[in-house]
Amino acid sequence: MTGQSDFRAGLLDPSAAVPDGLESGDGTPAGKRYDVYRNNVTHSLIAALQTAFPLVRKILGRQNFNSLAPIYVRAHPPKSPLIMHYGDAFPDFLSQLPQLEKLGYLPDCARLDLAMRASYHAADAPAFDLTGFQQLPQEAMMSQTLTLAPATRVLTSSWPLFDIWRFNMIKDAPKPVMQPQDVLITRPDFDPEPNLLPPGAADWLAHLGQNETLVAAYEATAATTPEFDLAAALTITFTSQAFCANERASDATTS
Amino acid sequence: MLDSQRRFDRLPASPGVGYKLQHFNDILGDPGPVKWIEIHAENYMGDGGRPLAQLRALSQRFALSVHGVGLSIGGETPLDRDHLNRLKKLCDWAQPASFSEHLAWSTHGAEFLNDLLPLPYTDATLNRVASHISQVQDTLGRQMLLENPSSYLAFAESTLSETEFLAELVRKTGCGLLLDVNNVFISATNLGLSAQQYIDAYPLAHVGEIHVGGHDEDTDDTGAPLLIDSHGKPVIDPVWALLDYTLARTGPKPVLVEWDNDVPDWLTLRAEAQRAAHALAA
Repeated sequence: MTGQSDFRAGLLDPSAAVPDGLESGDGTPAGKRYDVYRNNVTHSLIAALQTAFPLVRKILGRQNFNSLAPIYVRAHPPKSPLIMHYGDAFPDFLSQLPQLEKLGYLPDCARLDLAMRASYHAADAPAFDLTGFQQLPQEAMMSQTLTLAPATRVLTSSWPLFDIWRFNMIKDAPKPVMQPQDVLITRPDFDPEPNLLPPGAADWLAHLGQNETLVAAYEATAATTPEFDLAAALTITFTSQAFCANERASDATTS
Repeated sequence: MLDSQRRFDRLPASPGVGYKLQHFNDILGDPGPVKWIEIHAENYMGDGGRPLAQLRALSQRFALSVHGVGLSIGGETPLDRDHLNRLKKLCDWAQPASFSEHLAWSTHGAEFLNDLLPLPYTDATLNRVASHISQVQDTLGRQMLLENPSSYLAFAESTLSETEFLAELVRKTGCGLLLDVNNVFISATNLGLSAQQYIDAYPLAHVGEIHVGGHDEDTDDTGAPLLIDSHGKPVIDPVWALLDYTLARTGPKPVLVEWDNDVPDWLTLRAEAQRAAHALAA
């Protein structure tokens, strides 16, 4: 009997022996034939990581990425058939590798890649009514609550995360300068886009995400970030379509 | 439910293609002989965005086959109920003309191994797979098609041939079959069997769909040919010939061209579908 535990045992361990009970058509031991499954499992998961982490791959280069990926694949096989979400432990994995100690920003880059992918697959939602909002008297405006679109993601970083993304992914972009940067990911159409958030805006969005009114979110943010620029935060969030209509559909596939 | 004006109750006996997102505009503008598309279910289990928007638009024009690659029907452990429920949600929404999965396993314990792994053909595995198929059909409220695997090795403990195993599954569960003739060619070559004899022994009356695809060539430790199911190349002539041999016995069936890796431009894939159309017209 060759149980599935026996068959599994060698799949992610290149040094393990071929399980007993597996053979060629003529009854001789399977040998290298078992390696086909080994290769399929390992390479398909490495390919999934390559698709999922384009920024990390760009920074490390193909060769370095492909030497790290098998280590991750063996230590963290997927827990779900939804390979589109594979790699959620990759940022922490990168942060623990001694050879990457000098690339302290890399785990945040992996988080950005994960957030872009989550945004890509997030639910659709009806657009925010900006014209209606702008026609409100100022007091009514400031007492509004705003709903973050399901595809919106916010990343805080002590690294120049937006500049690192831009430098690596956009041709002729300027070199990053050391400074903390928070990033807003939105999906105006079908393709998620990173945007640079002004200081305090990530905090402000977190307050709005807890259903606080605009004025309450502003006051809470200004108390901890005195230089918080509400006009700049509104401009970047409105132009990038970070919000959706308040009565959004909870799930596109049920509509 | 998907807001489609057209409903396709069954796949047409004509060429289909494995759908890729990058072909969206081309396939709508110039479908050639393609009347239906097949999607990998797991790629459309997100909550929204481009994949589901494209599917919504394509379902107006093409019959749809949902093809699962992650259910692990051949697994030793119970089916993943969460995943089965995701499949039900997708099928309820997309209302495909067909749902199919593989005679293989991919989940072990809490791990998903992302490959179609083989199982021995014994009375014990037959009963287990049959109960999994029945659970899928009961949950989805429809018949499913089961696809034959591409084999690289055999199990010493097997007591049934693959065709006997499949025929018994049909008898026990009422499921239909997805006959992948590329897989038949690969398995026959790898295990030293005759592909035509496999087709002759196969329960052809229950075929609801046929697959063709490309494969890679390697050799084993003894230098014997070892074909690998890669779906990354054109279909080779001997596989087209095996399709002709099969269609001569089944009559016209839905025939799908699979090309999942190194995906070519639309015209190249359309040309493969055209070749399937010629086979169907012969």
